[in-house]
Amino acid sequence: MASPVRVSVTVNGVNQTAEVEPRLLLVHFLRDTLGLTGTHVGCDTSNCGACTVHLNGEAVKSCTVLAVQADGSDVTTIEGMGQEGNLHPLQEAFWEHHGLQCGYCTPGMIMAAADLLERNPSPSEQQVREGLAGNLCRCTGYHNIVKAVLSAANAGSGRVEVPAPSREGAEVAEAVSQEIKP
Amino acid sequence: MSATTETATAGNGHVGRAIRRKEDPRLITGRASYVDDINLTGQLWAAWVRSPEAHAKVVSIDASAALAREGVRAVFTHEDLDIESTLPMAWAPPGVELKTPDHWVLAKGEVKHVGDPVALVVGDDRYAVVDAAEDVTVEFDPLPVVTDPEAALEDGSPLVHDALGTNKAYEWSLGGGDLDGGFAEADVIVERRVVNHRMAGGAIEPRGVLAEWRADKLTVWSSTQVPHFLRLHLSLLLGISEERVRVIAPEVGGAFGSKLQIYAEEIGCAWASRKLGRPVKWVETRSEGLMVTHHGRDQIDYVKVGAKRDGTITAWHTKIIADLGAYQMLLTPLIPPCSGFVMCGVYKTPAVHTDVIGVHTNKFATDAIRGAGRPEAAHLIEVTIEQLAGELGMDRLELRRKNFIPPFSEPYETAIGVAYDSGNYEGALDKLLEHIDPAEVEGEKAELRDRGIYRGIGFCTYTEICGNAPTRAIGPSGFGLQGGGWESATVRVHATGSVTLYTGTSPHGQGHETGFAQIVADKLGVDPSQVDVIHGDTQTGPFGLDTYGSRSLAVGGEAAARAADKVAAKAKAIIAHQLEADPSDIAVRGDKFTVAGSPDKGMTLAEVSGAAYVPENLPDGMEPGLDETSFYDPENFVFPFGAHACVVDVDPETGNVEIVRYIAVDDCGPAINPMLIDGQVHGGVTHAIGQALFERIHYDEDGQLVTGTFVDYALPSAAEVPSFETDRTETPSPVNSLQVKGVGEAGTIAGSATVTNAVIDALRPLGVDYINMPLSPMRIWEAIQEAKGGPA
Repeated sequence: MASPVRVSVTVNGVNQTAEVEPRLLLVHFLRDTLGLTGTHVGCDTSNCGACTVHLNGEAVKSCTVLAVQADGSDVTTIEGMGQEGNLHPLQEAFWEHHGLQCGYCTPGMIMAAADLLERNPSPSEQQVREGLAGNLCRCTGYHNIVKAVLSAANAGSGRVEVPAPSREGAEVAEAVSQEIKP
Repeated sequence: MSATTETATAGNGHVGRAIRRKEDPRLITGRASYVDDINLTGQLWAAWVRSPEAHAKVVSIDASAALAREGVRAVFTHEDLDIESTLPMAWAPPGVELKTPDHWVLAKGEVKHVGDPVALVVGDDRYAVVDAAEDVTVEFDPLPVVTDPEAALEDGSPLVHDALGTNKAYEWSLGGGDLDGGFAEADVIVERRVVNHRMAGGAIEPRGVLAEWRADKLTVWSSTQVPHFLRLHLSLLLGISEERVRVIAPEVGGAFGSKLQIYAEEIGCAWASRKLGRPVKWVETRSEGLMVTHHGRDQIDYVKVGAKRDGTITAWHTKIIADLGAYQMLLTPLIPPCSGFVMCGVYKTPAVHTDVIGVHTNKFATDAIRGAGRPEAAHLIEVTIEQLAGELGMDRLELRRKNFIPPFSEPYETAIGVAYDSGNYEGALDKLLEHIDPAEVEGEKAELRDRGIYRGIGFCTYTEICGNAPTRAIGPSGFGLQGGGWESATVRVHATGSVTLYTGTSPHGQGHETGFAQIVADKLGVDPSQVDVIHGDTQTGPFGLDTYGSRSLAVGGEAAARAADKVAAKAKAIIAHQLEADPSDIAVRGDKFTVAGSPDKGMTLAEVSGAAYVPENLPDGMEPGLDETSFYDPENFVFPFGAHACVVDVDPETGNVEIVRYIAVDDCGPAINPMLIDGQVHGGVTHAIGQALFERIHYDEDGQLVTGTFVDYALPSAAEVPSFETDRTETPSPVNSLQVKGVGEAGTIAGSATVTNAVIDALRPLGVDYINMPLSPMRIWEAIQEAKGGPA
């Protein structure tokens, strides 16, 4: 096993530093090192997108990014998007339009949709479908996911503001990482 | 029955409304707990050493290098595992000779498919155990392989299991009516070989297990549809008394039948936890999932149908060669017979007969995948109906109408003896045609043809069987399932008047927490937000029979309704006593129980529960408390039905198919929550589109799995499917008081034939009249070239 490497990543607005194996995937850093389990693993080959997070403001599949590659970066996860009482418009829209069933793909889907709307605030249905083609869902047939994303885009007059990471998400991240680190 | 005569819409009107889901807040914020989100102190990780060969003798296993690695705690092989029973298979059909091979947690001497586990490695770290598994050296001596089920039936074929002396596991038949007479009467006979290829469940959450042996008790968290079944089998296989085994299905990220199983990994991790005295966790990789999470379908169907010139169908015969794969898992051999139960479809065919031959091959086991036998039947029936229409030169919908069973509201007995509960197939088709005019599509075809695009329209009118139960039909002396079909529910009213419903079903995305809460809320005069629905934990409620086969609402929902009715009956007795009224005058009106004719006279549920838990003024002899359980075993199955249409555009130059429209009309009785129904239909149809156009579990001749990742196994994405148009008709079921049927599999059952028929309709002008799924660009292009007389 290669010697551990120190990485420092700002996750949902909170600086997190840890000694990790060089081969540790970003998704496992988030899930197992920091305890932010909202980001999921579905396929290991970057096809399903369940692991989608924002790295320096852009959607990435965190199962194909090494934690060391994220050193010095800003990462936003689903926990940082919004929590109950302070939901992101996309979270609200997924809830309102039944854009999820088992919920496993949902965090990645929301992160990918937020990135899509950031780049194209007023997408057509086809642009939403193509924009989300890197995220797989087996439950919904995408119908209500597409509806939710279009509705969030319209609700924001074509512009979805990504709010600052919620305090609660940051607190969870901080509390969990303190618990884990010696 | 007296307690259940009120209809679902009695009470305070939550049933029937598209209430947004109670489940969602935790799911959209990343706060839900799936198995891999749960970690225990002292937890170890497991990895499996799997066979790279499809059939081989295991000559030797050398684990020394693995054991020498830091942090590796143990490497187990078959000889180490003191598990005396094989993995369970739950079908013992009376009168059928069924040969079932041994299926051990770890292979015993021979491996039978790629991925067959030969060793279990346990260590401290999730990455390190995978490295260690790579270091286990296994010497295999390859044996001959058979992957084609028809070749496997031939004399001289390699045998998957020498001990059975044959690859044929069983033959099973179901039929009724005069088949020979029917064919003799026919003017036209159509025969087709319909291949319904192997596919995956494709749940986005991989399977996972966390097992903890602590203080003589076993707790297992598993990504399963069947926590109650799993507890039973953990108890039996590991010799742990049942009350000391607890299984929790936490948040489960989709299943589609693939988690209706007792898997080697579940038993192995539990065994290892007991052996090592530490929690043991394993989470499947997607490559493992496509290899060793059970597959579905994989039938070769020989269909023969006879009809008179006027379209009257006179006889229908189907021979199903069912590829079981290497082993018989929990329900493997009984899935193909499920095709036989719905082989009459929606038609009054007087003679119908199905013969099933189950065959072993060197592939992983097939078992229930969304629809489980019914998609195969609906596909072969509805594709063949359109082939027959072509042969007769008859309109496809007219042919269907000619043969529809007329509308019925009391059980209708089909030629094979299966009694459908209620149906109105004309009504569903009429409703479909309110949304699409086939003549218009014909007009569009001509316009598009000029631009080189071939448009087609396809239909499917289907029925299916779900809601199992009833035990007397499916149980040991009936169909032969070694278990019951009932469901349980407990309604517990708390002292302050809020409610917990414990259901024996085990949802994994369907929305039971919302739909079941609506049912109970209406019965008790509370808001659904005050009804918490608990599921998937064997320690919290009574024994249950879990979720599969579109059974949850029609069986589990009805059990919940009946338990709530019992609570309501007791509440009424308390109110009648306290307010000096007649219990029969008391009913839920709005948010309280009131007395007929005196709307101000009544009590809320909270007031009743207060009286029940501080029992100073109860009727004489009444026990305190407000907590009731119901076990419900239905009298019959329920039979949802519907009519679907699909419009596709095919580019003959590339073979590419674009779905232009998809319209689904489904009838599952009165809606509890129409939003949830639509969601089930969208997902079900997409699963079917996946099978029709993209997805295929493909093994090569050597038994190597070619489609072992999501790079090769093509689940449809949002870019490949359209927005769906859905509508419903509502024909009440006479079977249960909610009058409901199931809908979880309907879309999948109807969808593949609908899409296939649309593609074939598009290609008919090019001389193509039939193609087997998946209708990939390559297959379509080849079929067009073949029809042109060019290279195939």
